[in-house]
Amino acid sequence: MKLQRVFIALTALLISSVARADWTLNMPRGVTDISQEVYGLHMLTLWVCVVIGVLVFGVMFYSMFKHRKSKGAVSSNFHESTKVELAWTLIPAAVIFAIGVKATYTLADMYNFEDSEVTLEVVGYQWRWRYRYIDENAEQEVSFFSSMSTPRDEINNRLEKNENYLLEVDEPVVLPTGTKVRFLLSSADVIHSWWVPALAVKKDAIPGIVNEAWTIINEEGTYRGQCTELCGKDHGFMPVVVEAVSPEEFEQWLADKEQEAIALAELNDREWTFDELMERGEEVYSSACASCHQPNGAGVPGAFPALANSPIALGPAEGHLDVVVNGVRGTAMAAYGNQLSDADMAAVITYERNAWGNDVGDMVTPVDVYNFKAGE
Amino acid sequence: MTTATHDHDHDHEHHGPAKGLTRWLYTTNHKDIGTMYLWFSFAMFLLGGTFAMVIRAELFQPGLQLVQPEFFNQMTTMHGLIMVFGAVMPAFVGLANWMIPMMVGAPDMALPRMNNLSFWILPFAFAMLTSTLFMEGGGPNFGWTFYAPLSTTYAPPSVTFFIFAVHIMGASSIMGAINIVATILNMRAPGMTLMKMPLFVWTWLITAYLLIAVMPVLAGVVTMMLMDIHFGTAFFNAAGGGSPVLFQHIFWFFGHPEVYIMILPAFGIVSAIIPAFARKRLFGYSSMVYATASIAFLSFIVWAHHMFTVGIPFLGEAFFMWATMLIAVPTGVKVFNWVTTMFRGSMTFETPMLFAICFVVLFTIGGFSGLMLAVAPADFQYHDTYFVVAHFHYVLVPGAVFSIMAGVYYWLPKWSGKMYNETLGKVHFWLSFIGVNVLFFPQHFLGLAGMPRRIPDYALQFADFNMVSSIGGFLFGASQLLFLYIVVHTIVAGKPAPAKPWEGAEGLEWTVDSPAPYHTFSTPPKID
Repeated sequence: MKLQRVFIALTALLISSVARADWTLNMPRGVTDISQEVYGLHMLTLWVCVVIGVLVFGVMFYSMFKHRKSKGAVSSNFHESTKVELAWTLIPAAVIFAIGVKATYTLADMYNFEDSEVTLEVVGYQWRWRYRYIDENAEQEVSFFSSMSTPRDEINNRLEKNENYLLEVDEPVVLPTGTKVRFLLSSADVIHSWWVPALAVKKDAIPGIVNEAWTIINEEGTYRGQCTELCGKDHGFMPVVVEAVSPEEFEQWLADKEQEAIALAELNDREWTFDELMERGEEVYSSACASCHQPNGAGVPGAFPALANSPIALGPAEGHLDVVVNGVRGTAMAAYGNQLSDADMAAVITYERNAWGNDVGDMVTPVDVYNFKAGE
Repeated sequence: MTTATHDHDHDHEHHGPAKGLTRWLYTTNHKDIGTMYLWFSFAMFLLGGTFAMVIRAELFQPGLQLVQPEFFNQMTTMHGLIMVFGAVMPAFVGLANWMIPMMVGAPDMALPRMNNLSFWILPFAFAMLTSTLFMEGGGPNFGWTFYAPLSTTYAPPSVTFFIFAVHIMGASSIMGAINIVATILNMRAPGMTLMKMPLFVWTWLITAYLLIAVMPVLAGVVTMMLMDIHFGTAFFNAAGGGSPVLFQHIFWFFGHPEVYIMILPAFGIVSAIIPAFARKRLFGYSSMVYATASIAFLSFIVWAHHMFTVGIPFLGEAFFMWATMLIAVPTGVKVFNWVTTMFRGSMTFETPMLFAICFVVLFTIGGFSGLMLAVAPADFQYHDTYFVVAHFHYVLVPGAVFSIMAGVYYWLPKWSGKMYNETLGKVHFWLSFIGVNVLFFPQHFLGLAGMPRRIPDYALQFADFNMVSSIGGFLFGASQLLFLYIVVHTIVAGKPAPAKPWEGAEGLEWTVDSPAPYHTFSTPPKID
């Protein structure tokens, strides 16, 4: 009885999944010239393999049916032939040579980083990306973090999963179409890899090394990808979202972001109240700290220390600042001094000292952060 | 020796195995040690398989159901490490121990005491490795490739135990390899020239040299990690002037030959089985030897194809692409030789043959995806996706693992003196064959559609194929319990096997009784 019910449930599950099936079989062609070339190479090699496979397995299955003992087959005793052996060494070598030549041309294209019009710096962090539009003439460079925005409740099956489950971010990176964009990739902690299938761009972001890649996007649209180098606990949860817009729209967007950046910088100079810092601190905490130290500050035993009731959060503010600004050598605790603005740093530290039952009661201001950094 | 031939029973009394546990602890007999290697590797196969079942169960549906990402990463890491170092490699060493002395007409391995040591340190290494799962902070969670700095600065404290375990495994492999080289080069019966050796002996000779060459490199890289973690060096720490890319170069200089260490002996097994059941001499024996040697040589100059996306310069990228594509040529020669051996033979399809044929087909499919991966521009799309997972599982599971199973069915009558149940063997084959394809074939599609490897949860468009893959995984996993049953049943209750149970089998191992006496070829056989 029980078995029957399990069987029915399984069948229902299968049918329902077939109903909303997404049986994508092949690589996307993508939206760049390079991605089309790569798709072509992929299909070429695939068909070469299919043809060889049909020939080889054809002969094999032919003999399996014809030359079986039960059909009275008597074995021959030929066991070498220099001619045949030479042929099946040289012919595959020639086929491979042809594929290799075509691939080398595409590879050379992919390595031509010259004449780019926009330069985007991509830095991997555990577990989000930071984008910076490099522009020496800008009054304030545009730089922001892009973190996954899928709610934890969807991951933990408490909410229905949305269409872009795990492939959505709080702030996508915006790029112009028809423009050569150069990427400079690096990492602040472990190795990550930045991949957008539709662009056929995948490059590792490695600490201490700056890697290059480039693209020219032909079509407007939203293109999604993921980190593809195992980078720790939340490796599966650091998507890449690229929004490709027309160059005019991009200029406008960049100008707006620049204004925003100027306004953000001003936050460092204004006066803050305790409540404002707590409010902003909670936001910063959930985007920068909560994936390790957990939303309730309890940490993960053995891996990430708790902040609730921790000696650092309850101790002197300088010690607390030191840990967050400089990180802790030899552990997963990164240095956030260059990741957070002084205002965000002040807010998050104030928050950590006064949340989850921590009640130091003091507040750390952007000026304190500035002075701490300057005093080092 | 004259007394031994004079009085058979008397000989048995004095030279038979000791009784009880000490027989296994103190044994220097190649057959006993081979048996222990094989049982140990099967135990590890089940343990690593259990981890794989956890992985497939978590990936059955999108969302996190059973395990958290921290533990998921430990599962993928331990699955890889246990399967590579605990299941596949020791299984081949076990087969080498059993068969190489018998195939070359030697009484035992050249260095029997070292043989005992190289086996008995293994259980300690794997006990230590597995125990890390219960330590604070968990076990290794950085993938079986353990890229720095995830495996150094950011690693759980148990990484030190992992490093020690790898050192022990490496020592075991190096000793095993030296032993095999010494046996093959020094202990062949008179007349057994190199070019008369069975291909299993040839492929193992070449594999042993690969092991001696690269296991020290692995030991070196984990020692550098140890220094980085505990003694303040910065080999792989960019902040101290080191480079995480250096780690990958060293690791893959070991790692690429390592993957051939796991496949060359398989070539040897299949080259023994196919002629036996096709009742026809192996086609192109000498080209098989040369092809194996070329593959071994090429394995040293292709390592950076695992690193196409780390940003090596154009010329480097092109070189490694070309060198890698070249490997398809000698590998193709082997496949063509096997097919031509079958062509105009007189075939029967007992279980070993079924596994061997399946090896040829599915290993070739793994080779095809390997060729696709070698094309560097396309690799930018495949790299670190499920396409890669599908590729290396095709060459390792229906490749290496099926060849081991083929070998077990082929030689089990010789080892145990009993025949396995042919019907059950075929059932095991077909279940495994269907399971392995349902498990791994859809992973090609997942990878092409863009699913990265080593993720505990995935976007919705990957849901259907993941479910199919998981179902195949459970089927494949369950079928291996049947394998265990078949082997135990054979040993306990199998029908007696003749000295040469396979009509077309060739080789010295079939000239001795079944089960093979405790000591064989104390007097060297005559080879014509």
